Amino acid sequence: MAILPATRRARREALEGYIFLLPWLIGFLLFTAGPLLASLYLGFTTYRGAGAPEWVGLANFVRLFTKDEIFWQSMKVTALYALGFLPPGMVLGFAIALLMNQNVKGVSVFRTIYYLPAVMTGVAVAVLWGFVFHREFGVLNSLLAFLNIEPISWLFDTQWVLVAFILMGLWGVGDGMIIYLAGLQGIPTELYDAASIDGAPRLRRFWNITIPMMSPTLFFVLVTALIRTFQIFTTAFIMTRGGPNYATYFFSLNIYFTTFQSLRFGYASAIAWMLFCLIFALTLILFRSAKWWVFYSGEKEEAT
Amino acid sequence: MTSDLQPQNANQVDGEIGRPMTSPETFATYLVMLGGTVVLLIPFAWMLSTSLKPLDEVYAYPIIWIPSRLVLENYLDVFRNVPFGRYLWNSTVLSVLGIIGNMLGSSLAAFSFARLRFPGRTVFFIIMLSTMMVPVWVTMVPTFILFSRLGWLDTYLPILVPNFFAVPFFTFLLRQFFMAVPVEMEEAARIDGCSSFGLFWRIFVPLSVPALATVAIFSFFFHWNDLLGPLIYLRSQLKFPVAMGIASFQSEQYANFALMMAAATMALLPMLVVFFFTQRLFIQGVVITGVKG
Repeated sequence: MAILPATRRARREALEGYIFLLPWLIGFLLFTAGPLLASLYLGFTTYRGAGAPEWVGLANFVRLFTKDEIFWQSMKVTALYALGFLPPGMVLGFAIALLMNQNVKGVSVFRTIYYLPAVMTGVAVAVLWGFVFHREFGVLNSLLAFLNIEPISWLFDTQWVLVAFILMGLWGVGDGMIIYLAGLQGIPTELYDAASIDGAPRLRRFWNITIPMMSPTLFFVLVTALIRTFQIFTTAFIMTRGGPNYATYFFSLNIYFTTFQSLRFGYASAIAWMLFCLIFALTLILFRSAKWWVFYSGEKEEAT
Repeated sequence: MTSDLQPQNANQVDGEIGRPMTSPETFATYLVMLGGTVVLLIPFAWMLSTSLKPLDEVYAYPIIWIPSRLVLENYLDVFRNVPFGRYLWNSTVLSVLGIIGNMLGSSLAAFSFARLRFPGRTVFFIIMLSTMMVPVWVTMVPTFILFSRLGWLDTYLPILVPNFFAVPFFTFLLRQFFMAVPVEMEEAARIDGCSSFGLFWRIFVPLSVPALATVAIFSFFFHWNDLLGPLIYLRSQLKFPVAMGIASFQSEQYANFALMMAAATMALLPMLVVFFFTQRLFIQGVVITGVKG
């Protein structure tokens, strides 16, 4: 591949290409590739920030898998959160996009409103939700009281706290809406026209046209949502600090506290690499599964 | 408020979904949309109402949605309790410098990926895309060690400097945009003796103002919200940005609803304003990176 460009002009262009690329190349080496290798190395050491890292072989990983209950707990709650949030999030997000694709007056105002919670993220919103979930004075319990539901101490009950996080996540589900809407409007009208002429009922058109045509978009949203969901941090850090009793001690909090509270840099790196491997493996599985359910209209014509 | 959350080809009415609806259907659609709106806006409405309430109404049950009188006392109290004005200023500084860094570094790399031919371009591009999958958590520890060795702790440098080195997401976004610039313009400029840098600076940058603005907006939202960076690197309270300020304020004042809500409202307001005025660019950015990728 790396054939030297033949002409002088091409050589000059190649040189300029690398010069323009420098910001990325340097950044990649200094802030991604370098730290990535360094943390892989640190994962096999004990290091507390002073002196030299001490090589301990696989000890960190052995400990993670055999002795460290907190690690398994953080794995468990992260997975539970992802399982609880991603499926309803995907369905609801897509349903909202379908709703917002209706040809009614004023729909763009609704789109703005539905997108708003997805944009408003961060500490302020986490603080706000901390109050929404307050047992006595929170708005959620006072609304549930209308349905005669007893007050729930959302953030202090190990049974409910993940549900609270999922509810909060679903509030921002308009996130994928814009991407879905663009995808929906890219579906050729002729497909629906042809199906209507053939007398295909509405549900069938949805199932046989909309879903397959949207599958690449759904796939893209699922992959990015998965990567993000496994790294949830700010909301948990603000609302619960991982509690009660480690019930929201997500992977990211485990890494953060192991690094900056226990100052176990080596061990934290080992945990971080487990998170990376987990995300990588899940993404890989998704990509492998794509051939079963993601339909690329450009590639092969088999369904039609 | 007129808003425009339409993706690019909004004029195209698609057959299935754009067909005229019967009036009961329209009615049902509005009903569902309104229901969702209420659910989505309740937290915001409650926040605003609580922040403006006199103290005795904050903890009243059932909830008093419309305060008997509007008090700005809670907002003033925020400024009395913590250097909130300083936090706002710090966030502004961090955001502005972060935005400049993101636009500079990413647009240079994006131009290279989009318009210059050199050996290994595709490989580098694929590497860049795959680094978007690397969690910040994996690089956090060595990066922290690096910056502390440099003596950069409790300065803005560790938070700002990496932004000047082409962030993959922004580079990708700008590259997609640069690719769409007609080749004829490039050739014409080359014939006139324009260098690559001239081409970049005089043609691609001016033509890509919307894309650069999109980068600026995303970048603003990121920097305004960023908690992890300040949390790791900043120690002195007077250097805190809003996000970090609220986080530390929260641990002392957790029980004080009205005060915290006032602080949250003030932190959200700039984002709200930016979002309302720049929706179109915002959406365009999401669409470019999401669908055309």
